[in-house]
This record gives sequence, structure tokens and C-alpha cells, in this order.
Amino acid sequence: MIFIIHIYSKKIHYLEFVNPIEDALKKNKIEFESIHYKMLTEELVLKAEKIIISGTSLRDNEFLEDINKFNWIKEFEKPILGICGGMHILGLVYHGKLKKQQEIGLTNITFKDKFLGVIGEKQVFELHNYYVKSNSFDVIGLSENCLQAVKHKQKPFYGVLFHPEVRNKDLLINFANL
Amino acid sequence: MKCGVLFSGGKDSTYAAYLAKKYENRISCLISIFSENPESYMFHTPSILKVRKQAEIMNIPLIERKTKGEKEEELLDLKFAIKKAKKEYKIEAIVTGTVESIYQASRIQKICDYLDLECFNPLWQKDQIELLKDLLRSSYKIVITGVFAYPLDESWLGKEINEEFIKKAIILNKEYEINPAGEGGEFETFVLGCPLFSRKLKIKDKKIQGKKNSWKMEIEVL
Repeated sequence: MIFIIHIYSKKIHYLEFVNPIEDALKKNKIEFESIHYKMLTEELVLKAEKIIISGTSLRDNEFLEDINKFNWIKEFEKPILGICGGMHILGLVYHGKLKKQQEIGLTNITFKDKFLGVIGEKQVFELHNYYVKSNSFDVIGLSENCLQAVKHKQKPFYGVLFHPEVRNKDLLINFANL
Repeated sequence: MKCGVLFSGGKDSTYAAYLAKKYENRISCLISIFSENPESYMFHTPSILKVRKQAEIMNIPLIERKTKGEKEEELLDLKFAIKKAKKEYKIEAIVTGTVESIYQASRIQKICDYLDLECFNPLWQKDQIELLKDLLRSSYKIVITGVFAYPLDESWLGKEINEEFIKKAIILNKEYEINPAGEGGEFETFVLGCPLFSRKLKIKDKKIQGKKNSWKMEIEVL
């Protein structure tokens, strides 16, 4: 079972940042469970075959104060996809540094290697004020401004700064079908 | 949070307002931009009077601003109106009814960020047919007030969004790529009744004008 983990601080963010991921999975008949990180237990993490950590709004940074609640990631061996804020979490758990960089709207990015079935130039939807650089991850995708897609050096952990649930749903589905 | 809703009187902004309330926010004011440009990229162009009526039966103050509707200038007008809402009603967030338009969403996100406001888009990426079904489930009474794409014509004006309309919208989408929610500007709607209104509005008078596949129905409501 895939778990979608929510990181927002206001309930209404669910409709904008989690619902579109759920809809993309539903359309492809992929089963999932959806839960907020504050409700997550060790038992539930053990049940997950794959995890998607969703993003949240431009100004919603409360989750950054709770990075220690994501330490389970270091013990997890199965695939994780972190989207935007979810990518920040992956990087920060592995001692990455948060850096300021705003991108809003459609941006062209380049995947220099195959990344969840995607390669070459793609147009993506961005909505972020920061990105995270961690030495535990290889950078696979870049925009003019900053890194966009990263893969952990040892584990099947993927991070994207952009929102694949908006313009690149194929990437989400490829992750779900890994 | 205290919210200002970008409000056109049509189904999407009215439904976004409803969801904002349902998800534990307070609607402190509505913000309407009245564009003199019928081809505006940003705003649906309703008449001021009927939107005032909706605000009145929701008992929510309305901030109005006119714009000539030229591309960058209309964004300045929007920014000005949002700034006013922040000052007068101490709003902490803006709510929009954007579904698919990245053009609209990105511009509003940038304005909100600049003004230190949260931006809620509760209909973002929602399946358009599901959205129409949700509106019916939530007891919305909506009429078509404008059509702007082939093969839509005068006969669509005044039609209510109901099960039959949804069936037709699915066919139009398949055959003519008409966006079923009309967000591409293919059609415009006006909400006559919804859970936020203290009563239903009635159409008192209507004036139809247009040609071929571009028709508009100006209504007066009671």
C-alpha cells in the first residue's frame, strides 16, 4: 500500500496539495492511504510499501519545526517520493541546508539522467520559496535557478521541488508503479 | 483564518468561498474586480449590481474595484484591492476559485506572497465533471449567463446546471474540447442559490445580446 503523508498546517491545504495527488492515483486505480504526519505511528510506517510526502503552500513552513518527527525516514528502506516541502524534509533529515529561492508558475527544467521514467527537458509547475541541498543526494534535474530533482545515493528516495500532481502526473504514476 | 475571497459571482468563486468556510476559515470580505475588457485573462466580467446582491444575502462586505482590463494593469488593480482588504478587514489569506489556470494561479500567488498573505485554492486541479457534481450535491443553483465558444449558442443562456447539463458537458468536452467547468472562458455562470446565501435569488429581468457563438445574458436579480 502507498501512503500519502500530509505536511500542511491548515486543513484547507489538503484540497490543494493532497487531493490532486489522490485523484491522480485514483484515476490509475492505484490504492493508497492518506495521513497527516502528526498522526503517523511506527506501526503505520512499517505497513507502507511506498511513501509520498506531499507539499504545502508557499507560506506554510510549520513542518520545518518538526523535522525530528521524520527521523523514521533514516530507517526506512522502501521507496519515498518527497514533493516540494516533502523534498525539503528528505534533504533536512540528511543534514541538508535550506536555501532561499522562489519559483512560481511554469518553469523549464532538465533531467540529465532518467528520473522516474522522465529524461531531458520538461515543463513543470513550481510553487516554492526554498530548496534544500544535501550531500546524501545526487542532483538529476535542474532549472535555471536551482536543483529540481534529486535521488538518494544509496536508498530509493526521490525528491522533486516542482509539483508533479499539476503538470507531470506520469512521474507520480511511475513512482507508484516502481 | 480570516479570508478575503476573490469573488465573481460565478460557481467557482462561490464554491471556493463555501469550502473555505467549511474548512474552518472566516470569510471577512469578498473582493470583486470588474473588468471593462470582456476578453480579460484574469477576470470573469459580471455586472456590479448582481454581485452586490449576492454579497448582501451572504451578509459579507464587498470590496469593488474597476479595471480597464489591460494585462499588467489589471494585476495592479487586483493588488490594490487585496491590499485594501488586508487593511480594512485584517485578512490573513486570499481564497480563489482557480481550477486549472496556471496563468491566474501564479499571478495571484505572487501578489499574496508580496502582501504577506496565505493563498488558498481549494478547487485546484479538481476534475471538472466532479466539480459540477459536487456543486449539485451541495445544493447550488447556477445559471449560464454567457457562452463564448463553438458550438455553444444563444439557446444555452439561462440554462441551469443540473444532471442533464453535466451529461451534455461531458459530450461537449469529448467532441469539441469545451472545458466542462467553463474555466477556459467557454461559458460564464451566475449563482442564484447556495448554502452561503440566506435566500435564493430570482431573475427579475434579462437582456440578451451577442452573435454566432458569443452570447451574454445580463440579468437583474431580486
